[in-house]
Amino acid sequence: MKASIGGYTRAETVSHALSLLAEANGAGRLLAGGQSLIAALNLGTTSGDMLIDIAGIGALRGARIDGNRLIIGALTRHADIASDPLIAEHAPLLAKAAPLVAHDAIRNRGTIGGSLAYADPAAEYPACAIALDATIILEGPNGTRQVAAQDFFLGLFETARADDEILAAIAVPMAADGERHVIREAARRSGDYALAGLAVVRRDGRHRIGAFALGDRPLLCEGAMAALDGGDIDGAVAALATDVDPTSDTQASAAYRRHLAGVLLRRIAIDLGVG
Amino acid sequence: MTIRFDDPNRPNSYIGRTVPRPNAGRLVAGRGRYVDDITLPRMVHVAFVRSPHAHARIGAIETGEAETLKGVLRVFTGRDLAEVCTPWEGKLLHLEGMKTPPQHPLALDRACWVGEPVVAVVGRTRADAEAGAALVEVEFEPLPVVTDIRTALDPDTPVLHEALGDNLCFRKANEKGEVDRIFAEAHKVVEASFKTARHTGVTLEPRVILVDWNAGDGEMTAHVSNQAPHMLQLLLAGHLDIPESRVRVVCGDVGGSFGVKVHVYPDEVATAAIAKIMERPVKFTSDRMEAFIGDIHARDHEATGRIALDESGKILGFDVDDWTGIGPYSIYPRTSAVEGLQVTNLIGGPYVFDHYRCRTSVVFQNKGICAQYRAVGHPVAVAITEGLVDKAAAEMGIDPIELRRRNLIADDAYPLTTAAGLKLEGLSHHRSLDALVEAMDYEALRAEQKALREKGIHRGIGIASFIELTNPSPFMYGIGGARISAQDGCTVRMDPDGSVVALTGITEQGQGTEAIMAQIVAEAVGVSPQMVRIVTGDTRVTPFGGGTWASRGAGIGGEAALQAGRAVRGQALEVAASMLQAKAGDLDIRDGIVVDAATGEERMALSEVGRVVYFRGDTLPKGLPRELMQTRHFITSNYPYAFTNGVQASYVEVDVETGFVKLLKHWCVEDCGRIINPLLVDEQIRGGIVQGIGAALFEEICYDGEGQILNGTMADYLVPMSGEMPDMIIRHVETPTEESELGAKGAGEAGTAGAPAAVMNAINDAIRPLGGSVTHMPFTPERILRALGTITD
Ligand SMILES: Cc1cc2nc3c(=O)[nH]c(=O)nc-3n(C[C@H](O)[C@H](O)[C@H](O)COP(=O)(O)OP(=O)(O)OC[C@H]3O[C@@H](n4cnc5c(N)ncnc54)[C@H](O)[C@@H]3O)c2cc1C
Repeated sequence: MKASIGGYTRAETVSHALSLLAEANGAGRLLAGGQSLIAALNLGTTSGDMLIDIAGIGALRGARIDGNRLIIGALTRHADIASDPLIAEHAPLLAKAAPLVAHDAIRNRGTIGGSLAYADPAAEYPACAIALDATIILEGPNGTRQVAAQDFFLGLFETARADDEILAAIAVPMAADGERHVIREAARRSGDYALAGLAVVRRDGRHRIGAFALGDRPLLCEGAMAALDGGDIDGAVAALATDVDPTSDTQASAAYRRHLAGVLLRRIAIDLGVG
Repeated sequence: MTIRFDDPNRPNSYIGRTVPRPNAGRLVAGRGRYVDDITLPRMVHVAFVRSPHAHARIGAIETGEAETLKGVLRVFTGRDLAEVCTPWEGKLLHLEGMKTPPQHPLALDRACWVGEPVVAVVGRTRADAEAGAALVEVEFEPLPVVTDIRTALDPDTPVLHEALGDNLCFRKANEKGEVDRIFAEAHKVVEASFKTARHTGVTLEPRVILVDWNAGDGEMTAHVSNQAPHMLQLLLAGHLDIPESRVRVVCGDVGGSFGVKVHVYPDEVATAAIAKIMERPVKFTSDRMEAFIGDIHARDHEATGRIALDESGKILGFDVDDWTGIGPYSIYPRTSAVEGLQVTNLIGGPYVFDHYRCRTSVVFQNKGICAQYRAVGHPVAVAITEGLVDKAAAEMGIDPIELRRRNLIADDAYPLTTAAGLKLEGLSHHRSLDALVEAMDYEALRAEQKALREKGIHRGIGIASFIELTNPSPFMYGIGGARISAQDGCTVRMDPDGSVVALTGITEQGQGTEAIMAQIVAEAVGVSPQMVRIVTGDTRVTPFGGGTWASRGAGIGGEAALQAGRAVRGQALEVAASMLQAKAGDLDIRDGIVVDAATGEERMALSEVGRVVYFRGDTLPKGLPRELMQTRHFITSNYPYAFTNGVQASYVEVDVETGFVKLLKHWCVEDCGRIINPLLVDEQIRGGIVQGIGAALFEEICYDGEGQILNGTMADYLVPMSGEMPDMIIRHVETPTEESELGAKGAGEAGTAGAPAAVMNAINDAIRPLGGSVTHMPFTPERILRALGTITD
C-alpha cells in the first residue's frame, strides 16, 4: 500500500516545529525516527498527515546532567541510549533496555522521544520511565510542562501530550550509589516486542516495577512492589497477577502473559538477591 | 567417453566443486533486474479491490466515483474480464473424484475468501490505482462460512459451492496388507494426533507481473516473477486465446519462490487480461499485506496416526487419517490435492513394514487457497511418522536411534517397492544414520543431557529420518492432463572465440541454477565456467521445459545440459580432428584447448575451431558436420520419481517455566545423489532447515471462526530469523541415480521435510520426563506450557 500524506516540512528548531504544528490545525504529525510512523503510514492506519520532520533539531538530541537529574533529549536514538556513558552511569535501566528494542537498523534511527510519545504498551522505555519515576518534559505554545511518567501514559497509544505539544525530553533522577536497575522480558525472537516484560528499580531499599506488554499502557505494579519491599517474593508474584491486566492476541493469551510476568519477577528477585 | 566422477583430478573437473556463482556479483552490486525494476513506455498500474468477507454474495458494484478520479484510467469487474478470459479449474484427471468449481480472474457472483480480488482499478501510478480502489463500492451480502477442517463434511455445515454437493474436494486412501488385524493383535500400538499450521512462503520479492500486449504483432509479453515460465506461457495463451508461440514469458531475476510462484493467480491473469484489453503495458506488484492474503498458503493439516510394533520393536504398520483444508478453490493447474496425496504416499517412507493405511480428506473452506510450497506434504508426513516412531521408542524404552536401526530399509535392499507403493532405486538410510550419530557424537550428547537434567536443565534430542521426492516424471502432473512439462532441455552454443552460451528451461530463483548449469556445461564442453554464459527464464529462446519445482533442476535440467554440452564437444572435436588429420576419439578439450587425450599435448585452441567453422567453412570438407549449437532434452523414465533420503537431528533446551525453546544445534545428513556444487547443496539444506524450523516454532496464519485473518504482517506472522537459528552441521552420502549420466537427484526440499519433526521430537524428548508432549505446530511457548499443564485456563 502506498503511504498517503498531506505534506512534509522540515522543522529547524523547536519553536519552528511548534508553529508548524499550530498551522497544521490538528493534522500535524511529528516525524522523528520514523520507525513506527512510517510503518503506520504504509499500513494505511494513518493518512493525510502534515508531516513535521523534527529529526534535524540538534537541541533535542543527547543527554546532559541538570542538578540531580539526567535530561535525555527526545531525539536521542536507541543506539545512543545503549552507548552513551552518561546514561550508562546515571540511568543504567535505559542503557539495558535499549538493546532489547528492535534491531540495529531500527535502533540507529528510532528515538526515545518517539517511543515515549507513541506509547506502545509493549515498548520498553515507557515502563522504564515509570520504574525510574521519570518526568516527561513537553514544549507547547504556552511554554514548558513537566508531567510525571506515571501520569503521562493514559492508555493504548494515548498520552497526556496535547496535539500542539512536542515531547522534548525525559528527565530521570540520577541513580544513587547502590541503586539497582534490572529489566527482563520474554520475546519470541530477538528484537520483537515483548510478550511480557518488567523493568525494576531498587532505590533506598524500595522497589518500583514498571510492567510492559501486560496492559493497555505501562503499569506501575504497586501490589508487587510493596510485597517485594518486604522480601515476600511469593506475595509479590501473587500481587503482580492482579497489578497487571494483559489482553490476548495471536501471540499469547492473557493467562500466559500473566504467568510470564510472575516468572520474570522471580528471576528479577534472584538478580536483585531478594528473598 | 564417460566422465570419471570419482576422480577429482580428472580434466575439467568442475562438477562436484564449490565454484563461485556467476550471478552473485551482479546481485550484490545492485544490478539485479527484478520485474518491479522494469518500466515500459505507456505503462500503467493495477490495484485490486479485495473481498473483506470470507464468503459473500456480490451485489451492485459502484465504480463511477473511482472512474472520475484523476489518475484513474479504467475500472474492471469480473464480468468485464470474463469476456476476454476463460475460467479455469484446478483438476487432474488421475485424481479420481476430484471436484473444484470454475475460477475467474475476478470474482463474479461470490467472494470466497478474505483477499479474493473482486474489482481491478487501473491508474497512472500504483498510488492512483489504490486511491481509485478505495472509492469503489461493492455491495457484499455475507454468506455462511466454512472454516473448520474436521466438521467441513458434517451434514449441518453449509456447503460452500452448492453445485458440488458437499465440501469434499478430494479423498484418497492408500491401503496395503491387513491393517485392522495387525493393529488388533500387535504387541504395541501407539497413537497421536498432529497438526501442521497453515503458513505461507514469504518470498523476499513479492509476486510481480508486467504484461504488454502488442496488438500489431498479436503478441503478449509477460515479465513475471515466476518459477515455471513455459507453463505460464501456455496458460496465458489458452485462457486469453492467443497462439502459444505468441506469448512470451520472461522471468529475469526472481527473489525467492519456494513454490509460491508456480501457480496461476487471479490477480496476475487479470493483469494480463487488462493489458490485452487496454493494449498497453500493465504492472501489478503485490505488496506485503496482499501477499499474506493473496499468495498461496500451505500445510494446514490435522491428522491422527497409529503405529504398530512387535515385541522386538519391529514396525508392523502405520494407520493414518489425514485431513486438510485448502480454501475455496483447488489451485490451478497443479491442484491443491497434491499435499494430501503426498502424505498418503510418504508416511513411513524410510521403514520396512507390510501393513499400511493412509487416507487424506481434502476439504474446501473460506480461507486462502492452499497449494504446493517447498517440500509439499513431506513435513506433514515426516512429522506424523517420526512423531509416532519416537513416541513408540519412548514407550517401549528403546533408544530412538536403535529403534530406527532396527526398522530402516537396509542399504542393500534396493530396488524395491514400499508398502505405500513407492518405487525406490537406491537409498542410504543406514549409512546416513551412522554418519549422523558420528557427526553429533550421540552418546556424549546423551550423557550431557542426563547430567544437565539433574541440574534442572531440560534438553532434548530429536531425530527424523525422511525420504524426499525429486526429479518427477509425467506421473506427477502430465498424466493428469496438466500442461506441465516434466522433461527439460538445454541448448549449448559455442561462439567463435570458444566461449559458450547455454540456454536452459530451468529457472533461477536465487538458488544457484545458473552456477550449477555453468559447471555442468563447462565440464561437458571442456572450458572453464567463466567461459560459460547461462540464459534462463525466457520462453522465446530457452528450450521448452518445466522450470523450477519438486527439486528437478539439477537432476533433469542438469542432465540435459550435460548431454547438450557433450554434443557440442563432440562436434568441435570432429571439426578439430578433420583440421588436425587426427581421430576425434584421440582428442580431448581441456580448458578451452583441443589436446591429445593420451598425452595432454596442446594441439589447437577452441577459438581456432570457431574461427574456421564460422568464417572459413570453405576450408573444411564438404558435408562435415559442424553444428556448434546443440540441444538436448531429458526425461526420467525408469522411475516415476527419484527419491532421496536423509536424517536430521535437533538439540534443544526448553525453559520449562516460560515454555521458550532454545535451538542449540541442528544436524543433517543427506543423500541427493551426485553433488554438483557442495556449497550450494549445503546452503539449500540450511535454508530448508530454517523454513522447517519456521514451521515447527514460529509460522502460523491465524483465522477466526468467521474466516477473518487475524495476522498478516511481518510483525505478527513470525518468520524464523537468524538470531534464533542454531549452528547446522551438514554431511552427505552420495548414491547417484542410474537414470542419468550425471546421477544428480534433488536437494531443495530435504531440509524443510525433516526439520519440523526433528525439532518436535527434541522438544518432546526434553519435556517427556515432566509428563507432557506437543504435536500441534507451531510449538509456541504457550502451547508447550499448556502441554506441561502449567497454564490451564
Ligand atoms: C521491526 C520493529 C521492531 C520494533 N521493536 C520494538 C521493540 O521491541 N520495543 C520498542 O519499544 N519499540 C520497538 N519498535 C518501535 C521503535 O522503537 C520506534 O523507533 C519507536 O517506537 C518510535 O520512535 P521514532 O523516533 O521512530 O518515532 P516515529 O516513528 O517518528 O514517531 C512515532 C510517533 O510518535 C510521535 N512522535 C515522535 N517523536 C515525537 C516527539 N518528540 N514529540 C511528540 N511526538 C513525537 C510521532 O508523531 C508518531 O506519532 C520496533 C519497530 C520496528 C519497525
